[in-house]
Amino acid sequence: MDQRTLKRLFWISGAVLFAAGFVGWYDRLTHGHLNANYGSVVTWGLWVAAYIYFIGLSAGSFLISSLVYVFNVKRFEQIGRLAVFTAVVTLLLALFSIWADLGHMFRAWHVMVYPNFKSPMAWMIWLYSAYFLLLVVELWFLLRRDLVAGADAPGIKGIVYRLLSLGTRDISEATVARDRRVVRVLATIGVPVAIMFHGGVGALFGVVAARPLWHSGMYPILFLLSALVSGGALLTVIAAIFQDGWHENRDTVLALGRMVLGLLLLDVLFQVSEMLVGFYGEIPAHIESLKLVIKGPFWWVFWGWQVVIGTLIPVLLLALPTRRDPRWVTLAGFLIAAGFLGVRLNIVIPGLAAEEIPGFSEAFASARMTTNYFPSLTEWLLTFGVVGLGLLLFGLGELLLPREQEEDGHVRV
Amino acid sequence: MAAMNELAQVVKTPPKEPSAMTRRELIGRLTKLGASALATAIGGGAVMEALSPAPAVAAPRTGTAEPATTRKFYYGMVIDTKRCVGCKACVVACKAENKTPPGVAYTVVLDGALGNNPNDKPLFMTKPCFHCENPPCVDVCPVGATFKRSQDGIVVVDYDRCIGCRYCITGCPYGARSFDFGENYPAVADHTPYAAVPSPEYGQYQVRREDASPIGNVRKCTFCIHLQDADGRYDRQAGRWPACAKTCTGHAIHFGDFADVNSEVSRLLRERQAIRLKEELGTNPNVYYLL
Repeated sequence: MDQRTLKRLFWISGAVLFAAGFVGWYDRLTHGHLNANYGSVVTWGLWVAAYIYFIGLSAGSFLISSLVYVFNVKRFEQIGRLAVFTAVVTLLLALFSIWADLGHMFRAWHVMVYPNFKSPMAWMIWLYSAYFLLLVVELWFLLRRDLVAGADAPGIKGIVYRLLSLGTRDISEATVARDRRVVRVLATIGVPVAIMFHGGVGALFGVVAARPLWHSGMYPILFLLSALVSGGALLTVIAAIFQDGWHENRDTVLALGRMVLGLLLLDVLFQVSEMLVGFYGEIPAHIESLKLVIKGPFWWVFWGWQVVIGTLIPVLLLALPTRRDPRWVTLAGFLIAAGFLGVRLNIVIPGLAAEEIPGFSEAFASARMTTNYFPSLTEWLLTFGVVGLGLLLFGLGELLLPREQEEDGHVRV
Repeated sequence: MAAMNELAQVVKTPPKEPSAMTRRELIGRLTKLGASALATAIGGGAVMEALSPAPAVAAPRTGTAEPATTRKFYYGMVIDTKRCVGCKACVVACKAENKTPPGVAYTVVLDGALGNNPNDKPLFMTKPCFHCENPPCVDVCPVGATFKRSQDGIVVVDYDRCIGCRYCITGCPYGARSFDFGENYPAVADHTPYAAVPSPEYGQYQVRREDASPIGNVRKCTFCIHLQDADGRYDRQAGRWPACAKTCTGHAIHFGDFADVNSEVSRLLRERQAIRLKEELGTNPNVYYLL
């Protein structure tokens, strides 16, 4: 498959998914939660899983970009701006997913006005709001010089650049150096913020003593590690598709592959530890959740999606000689990034689907009070729409945003 | 009948007689003397209490000292599983009282709590909200929409504040909360006259409307607080009593004020062996079960 076919495939799938999303959003906005399949027992479903998935991708991409802007790792310099852009886009997708999940979407601002700081959720929302601002400002300073330089270009591109440059015209050495300093400061502040907010997402689950599957000090750490793995894997794919793709970014893609392999193995170690301790601990509700993961009605999400597609195959691809071919490494990245949605589903749903009190799910005859859950069509379509939006935003970003000009005049994204 | 009269006496008795000093009051006095304040600060999660918007209050039956409080009542239930026949009249009474929609139940009756093998005597368990002294659902709410009332410890939801994130549902270890998806029973969905009957919940007397709270909110048992008088008291004789307890055919659900040593619930706790669910979580429920 050559680069053009891949690009075309990318645009088509983005447009189709985005269009499908309209059906989901229409249903969500007109019928509220009526056509969603979660209930009062399994009360969080696909949308929450999608949320922690996307927000993990965002935190992971940002932390990898900080290798460039805080720790001066030259190897990843080419994808620094792309990583920050990825962090912005995936954060947006996360926010759309969780917004749809709220019972009262238009009360989201309550968290700003009436925060309860005993709640990890309030902390998380405040921190990701700060993180979002920081990301946007950092990205602007990263792009400013090129935006100003491109403001005189003819057509739409020039108009977009003029708007985005916010009226600044000065691209002297001094201001460009200032931009670099600002980026460095913001990226440095961003590292603890990203760790806190994504660790906070893990803590949001970890503090819930009512759900033994979640209630572990490992959760915030596991979330951070999963963020780095899935974010790194996604960046591998993006580096291979965008900015002239794997021909230009060969070394970066291979280096990302090596890093992702190491992080993935560490993540597997943590997850195995978490499961083994749970199984040997033999606390009934904890065991019940773990059993749902490995041999419940959705056992294939764990064994097929998470273990085989998301872990075994990519580990082999990244460890065997295929690790020297950027196309195989890209495939491995794609499989890992896709596999992590399975990881997220297996955190949210089995944690809730274990009965809190034996017999509870049969006590009241209602589909909303059972432990069964499979996402409804509306839930799927809306999630597809969010994914499609992400693909389109990436496409637009690649079309419109400035490509990095190297000193030899060589063009890079 | 004699029992009923005795009960009426009990209910009419003012909760605080000079002679009756509860352990809670004793500890309260000790605290004023400063004897246990330091111990509490060291051992009792002083940091979290300091962060908490409302003063945390100790349960009457635990040894934790408490800060100054406006708490007047410690409402709770003692549910006698030996008297429960599993008729679910409490579930129906609650639905009739609070007009809850399908999928929302403030109390349910479980029959599988102990496994119920064919040779067992069946055990039924009616399960309202336990109105915990240390409610985990309140701590996790990002907007403080659900809280424990300072005057009587009843855990409520502010429908206008709640954003519907359902974190409290995950945080409750007892499955006491349900999300209102906007579903309706046929009588309401078909706009029969029944659809115009307001729910007395929280004394708000709201008629159910599409796209309006409590649809999209998390809902839960309120111990029927709309039946309290201005002083926050219930009156069993007048029928102002939680609907489930009022209806219970086997007299299994006993409701009352634990702060009143003469109340039926206090007496039952003294005389019988009671258990609470999941003590290990430290939630300190205000609903006890007699086995």
